Amino acid sequence: MAIDTDKNGYTILFSILMVIVVGSLLAFLASGLSERIKENERFEKQQNILYAMGVNENTPDSGVNFIPTDVVEDKFTERIKSQYVLVNDEVKEDANAFMIDVKKQLAALKAGNEARLPIFVGEKEGKEVYILPMYGKGLWDAIWGFISVDKEMIVQGVYFDHKGETAGLGANIKMRFFMDDFIGESLLDGNSYSGITVSKTNNDPLNEDKEDNEVDAIAGSTITGNGVTSMIKETLKAYKPYLETIRNK
Amino acid sequence: MALLSKKDTNLILDPLADNNPITIQVLGICSALAITAELKASVVMAVSVIFVMGVGNVVISLMRNVIPSKIRIIAQLIVVATLVIVVDQVLKAFQYELSKTLSVFVGLIITNCIIMGRFEAFALGNGVWRSFLDGIGNALGYGVILIIIGFFRELLGSGTLFGFPVFGDPIAKTGLYSIGYENNGFMIIPPAALIVVGIIIWVQRSMNPALVEEN
Repeated sequence: MAIDTDKNGYTILFSILMVIVVGSLLAFLASGLSERIKENERFEKQQNILYAMGVNENTPDSGVNFIPTDVVEDKFTERIKSQYVLVNDEVKEDANAFMIDVKKQLAALKAGNEARLPIFVGEKEGKEVYILPMYGKGLWDAIWGFISVDKEMIVQGVYFDHKGETAGLGANIKMRFFMDDFIGESLLDGNSYSGITVSKTNNDPLNEDKEDNEVDAIAGSTITGNGVTSMIKETLKAYKPYLETIRNK
Repeated sequence: MALLSKKDTNLILDPLADNNPITIQVLGICSALAITAELKASVVMAVSVIFVMGVGNVVISLMRNVIPSKIRIIAQLIVVATLVIVVDQVLKAFQYELSKTLSVFVGLIITNCIIMGRFEAFALGNGVWRSFLDGIGNALGYGVILIIIGFFRELLGSGTLFGFPVFGDPIAKTGLYSIGYENNGFMIIPPAALIVVGIIIWVQRSMNPALVEEN
């Protein structure tokens, strides 16, 4: 017996069935896998934070090599000495600060509400480094990352990532040639927190001048580059009270 | 008995050349523009589409007698979207690194007009095995063009292939760059893809004049 697929009743029945089948399949899958996915995301965050403080498996000519996922948790507890949150200009210890969603907190800060901004203090070659999360806008979508500085506000390393910047152009902010340029730059210009500008006109493609608060931009990705510049500025603005205290330590 | 009859073989081979989805049917152009600045992205996209098209065509073909014609487009859309999301979630759980590379393409795969086009034009009216072959064939035809475009754009635009420098170092001026060669930044932006597609169409039609439409 052939089914009359043109009847309205059948069409409605079919749509209902399909929604139920697809919906439950996806719900089942999402709840079944969510734990593993969350774990992967946690490892990734730890890898990124460690990368930003210079703990990674990079060799001089390699690409970006993170600490492998199977050891990253141990390495993270070993190298990150303490985690804090900055609430209303006050610093409080919080062992799970790295799980805080920075996007939400920065939005709350902008709206004038109470925000909990995470700070990580790591140890590198015997001195303390301070790692701050960043979050901003690129050309198409979100960009984010981490920046680590020492007491003198000299950048020890950065990590950038993005959601959907143009492949081959803006997407290259997560390549080593771009991120490595930030190392050694200062966030301070004299006494003001001027950050680091991604500049198209600094005439310094090898980034030999570490005093200029500028790194060389990627050709063809002006808006992503400007996004990185303003992301660093915004981060500095949000964390200024904390940075003041470390400088005066 | 041969695994594939002559008709079946044509289902795979036709879309590779004389009935190519991009150069002849002019479908899937938007993703061909968006993601071909790098060879790696092209390959990832090609493989993903081969998978989604193969499985999607099979599912639609299995359902072809029960899908009400009034809502068939929605039904097709749901099938692709579900497939892509399932793959995305599974990869996120078990192959996190790979899933990060792919995540950009998820939206592009769902809206790829080749996929919807083949569901509508072939899978709804043909058996499972033939639909599977048609899906694979069309996805291969799409992938081949994507990879050709990606090859030229990355080579001429960034001087690299799969991220490895081919011509030398443009900043330290070694290799070809030492004699004044420059990367062509234009190749990286989307309009360049359109020009490469145009050249491929031109070359293909001059080699086979039968493809040229008569006015």
